[in-house]
Amino acid sequence: MPDPIILGLESSCDDTAAAVLRGREILSSVVMGQTELHAAFGGVVPEIAARAHAEKLDLAVEQALAEADLPLSGIDAIAVTAGPGLIGGVLSGVMLAKGLAAGLGKPLVGVNHLAGHALTPRLTDGLAYPYLMLLVSGGHCQFLIVRGAQDFTRLGGTIDDAPGEAFDKTARLLGLPQPGGPSVESAAKGADESRFRFPRPLLDREGCDLSFSGLKTALLRMRDKLVAAQGGLHEADRADLCAGFQAAVRDVLAEKTRRALALYLDEAPAVPAFAIAGGVAANGAIRGALETLCAERGVTFTAPPLRLCTDNAAMIAYAGGELLAEGETSDMALSARPRWPLDRAAAPLLGSGKKGAKA
Amino acid sequence: MTSPRAALTLTSPEATCALARRLATRLSPGDVLLLSGGIGAGKTHFARCLIHALQDPPEDVPSPTFTLVQVYDTVAGELWHADLYRLSDPDQCEELGLADAFETAICLVEWPDRLEDLAPADALSLSFDAGAAEDSRALTIDWSDARWDTIVPELTT
Repeated sequence: MPDPIILGLESSCDDTAAAVLRGREILSSVVMGQTELHAAFGGVVPEIAARAHAEKLDLAVEQALAEADLPLSGIDAIAVTAGPGLIGGVLSGVMLAKGLAAGLGKPLVGVNHLAGHALTPRLTDGLAYPYLMLLVSGGHCQFLIVRGAQDFTRLGGTIDDAPGEAFDKTARLLGLPQPGGPSVESAAKGADESRFRFPRPLLDREGCDLSFSGLKTALLRMRDKLVAAQGGLHEADRADLCAGFQAAVRDVLAEKTRRALALYLDEAPAVPAFAIAGGVAANGAIRGALETLCAERGVTFTAPPLRLCTDNAAMIAYAGGELLAEGETSDMALSARPRWPLDRAAAPLLGSGKKGAKA
Repeated sequence: MTSPRAALTLTSPEATCALARRLATRLSPGDVLLLSGGIGAGKTHFARCLIHALQDPPEDVPSPTFTLVQVYDTVAGELWHADLYRLSDPDQCEELGLADAFETAICLVEWPDRLEDLAPADALSLSFDAGAAEDSRALTIDWSDARWDTIVPELTT
C-alpha cells in the first residue's frame, strides 16, 4: 500500500506554514513569512498578530496543494500543530484542520510542535530509533533521546537562554547585525579566542543542563572595561570578544553533548546516531566540535537542512504520518495547548538551580 | 507630585530571585510589572523566578525574546510574560493583546519603553542596572498607584 498523503499545518509562532507529504517525500512545503503576507494582502499586516494566521492559513494550504498538484480530495489525513506555542496562532491552525477533516471525512492528527522538530532527522535522514537529539528551536534547547513518535526522554536543557538567543544578544551588545549567529561567527574568524576568558557555565555541575545567560553579563563587563580604558572598541577587540564568546558556547555544548552521548550509548543503540536541529548547527566552530565528538564515539552525525529546522509544516505532516501509522488520531475535541512538554516525566528546568517557591 | 521610589542593591542572582518570590505572593490579575534595564541586567532572571514561584507544579519558563509573549496559568491567575524588544510600534503591542491582558492578567513586561502611552498608570516599574560588584544589580522601583505603597516597603526590608 502506498504511503498516505498528509497535509500538515503549522501556526504556532510567527510563520504560517502548510505542506503536503507522501511518506518521506515532500510534495510541497510553503512557509509564509512577512514578505508573502504583504504580497497576498497588498498592504502591511503586522506579522505578530495571531489573527494573521487565520487569514493566511487557507492561502498557505491552497498554495501547498497547488505546488503538490493535488486537489483537496487527494489528501488522506490532516496533521496540525496543537501546541506548544502562541495560543491564538495554534487555535487558528486547529480550527482550520478540524474544518478540513470534518468536510473531507478524513482523519485529524494533533501534533506536538516540538515532536515535529524532534522527528525531522527521520524525515530528512531516515534515522532509526533511538537516536540522540540536540533540539534548538526558538527559546528551547534540549537533549532528547527519541525512542518513538511519542516517546522522548529529556536528558537536560537550558535553564535560561537558548544558544541562538545568546548569539543574538552578543551581536546586539557589540553593534553587529541580526541574526547574531552568522555575524558573530564571521567577526570571530581568525580572532584570538583566548584573549578574553569567558566562563563555562554549569560545566562544574553534573548532568546535561545548560546555561548561557551568564555569558551576556561576562561580555558586558569586558566590553565596558575596554570602553572605559580606551574610549571605545577597536575592531580587533570586537573580533576577540566574539571569538571568546563563541568558544565558550562551543565548549559548553561539546561537553554537555559528550555527557548526553555517554548516557545514550549506555543503552547500546543498534545504529547510534546524533542529530542537531536548529540554527546553531550552521556555526562552523560548534558543528566541527560536535562532529569530532561523534566521530570519536562511532556515532553518525546528522544536521537536517536549516529550512527544515526552522518552523515548517513538512515536519508536522511527517510526525502526523507516524502517529497515523500508529493509529493515533484525534477527534473534534482536539484542543490547542499553549504548553506541552515532550517528556512529562522530566523535571522542569529551573533557573539558577533554585527550587520553586513551594519547595 | 513626585512618585514614590525605592532603591536597593541585589547582591547576587539568588537575592534577585528571593525578591521576585516575595513580590509574587502579593500579585493578582490586573497587576502590571514593567521590567527595564539593558541586556544582561537580570530582567528575565527576575521574571523566571517570579513565575516559578506562582506555578504548581513549576514548568519551564523560556525567554520570550522569540515568541514575544508567553502565557502561564498560575495559582494567582493568568500571567503574561512579554518581551517587547523586537517591536517598533505601540500598535503592535495592541495587536499582541497586551492592553486587554493588563486588565485581566498579571503582566510582566520587558522592554516596556515600546509601550509608550499604552503603559498603565498603576503599573510598578522595576529598573535593573549593573551593580558595583561583579554579580550585583542596582534595582530602582517606581510607582504612582497607592496599591504599591505598602507592598514595596515590605519587599525591601
